[in-house]
Amino acid sequence: MTTPEPHAGNVWPIWEVFVRSSRGLSHVHAGSLHAPDAAMALRNARDLYTRRNEGVSIWVVPADAIASSDPDSKGSFFESPQGKDYRHATYYTKSEGVKHL
Amino acid sequence: MSTPEATTEANAHDGGHGDISVGVAGAGAGGDGMASATRITPGNALRPEDIALAVSRGTAKPSEDAAEFALRLGDDALVLAQRLGHWISRAPELEEDIALGNIALDQLGHARSFLSYAGGLDGKSEDDLAYFRREHEFRSVEIFEIPNGDFAVTIARQFVVSYYQFELYRRLVDSTDATLAGIAAKAVKEVDYHRDHSAQWVLRLALGTDESRRRMIHGFKVIWPYVDELFRDDELTHRLSESGAAVEPSSLRADFDRLTGAVLAEAELEVPQVQPAPGGGRRGLHSEHLGYLLSEMQVLAREFPGASW
Repeated sequence: MTTPEPHAGNVWPIWEVFVRSSRGLSHVHAGSLHAPDAAMALRNARDLYTRRNEGVSIWVVPADAIASSDPDSKGSFFESPQGKDYRHATYYTKSEGVKHL
Repeated sequence: MSTPEATTEANAHDGGHGDISVGVAGAGAGGDGMASATRITPGNALRPEDIALAVSRGTAKPSEDAAEFALRLGDDALVLAQRLGHWISRAPELEEDIALGNIALDQLGHARSFLSYAGGLDGKSEDDLAYFRREHEFRSVEIFEIPNGDFAVTIARQFVVSYYQFELYRRLVDSTDATLAGIAAKAVKEVDYHRDHSAQWVLRLALGTDESRRRMIHGFKVIWPYVDELFRDDELTHRLSESGAAVEPSSLRADFDRLTGAVLAEAELEVPQVQPAPGGGRRGLHSEHLGYLLSEMQVLAREFPGASW
């Protein structure tokens, strides 16, 4: 496991926490926290985000390690699929005689 | 009792994600799979309320010896919960504040269960026992009442007592007293985590900076004189171990020494060579610290008897 460089001023680095609520579901971002290293981040996550039986598995990721999309590029990044109905299965009509669709 | 997650009308129509239901209707169910990260279920476990109910109905009644034993373990946990609770808003980091608060609440839960059971002997409630007994009536040993000190002293105590409690509860699971066994079965899982939490901190403080190592060594030096008392047998534990309701504290020592020794070795620490303190808490003889702790813990209940909020 990688541990991010400690920040200046003795502040613990930030970790993003992902919790899986039950078998078969995927991990979902639950929040973030401070911790000195990955092992303690997992324990802090357990204390902060699974106090009420919310999870069966936790991932922690150094916040620095997450690359995120640019909020200002909304148009080019996320709006171009609009109107492209043909990317959905429902766009197509079922061929005659095809079973089990 | 766990609430079955009924698939509601709303769920069935919200776009194919009806299988991801939330226990509490509407809570965070705004979008898609969002709810899955915050799904809340109470789970199944023996609660202090169940024990109080069983005692009041007469389906669980402790023998005189079992009640005294439950009082000892309940007082240990109660005094520790009060000590740890003092860290809330004072821990080095917010996250650690919550970790210590969580451990305190676990201990408070164990205290409530043990005291509810102990009170079954003569019809006293957990509150009667926690708030309306005087210092010499408490049966906790000294290690639980000594002051928190700095973070390293608190961790040193927590390390010692959670390894002790784990070995004790692990064995009490097989007690011939069904209520003690039930409380222990729930508590042992929680205390297992307390062991892990404190061991992680012992390693980090001891192997961290020069200052953190100096403080960790000092913490163990402060705590270690009180270790011995945890493992002292007396007539009560002798009778209870004969009947299979409990075990002799001395029988836990070898496992305690082996497991704590492994962590201390990894942390490059020596077991402090110190004279054991005389102790006497099981007979109601306490250090000067318990009275202050109790006055703070009990003041509200005594000032306003029957207060609720």
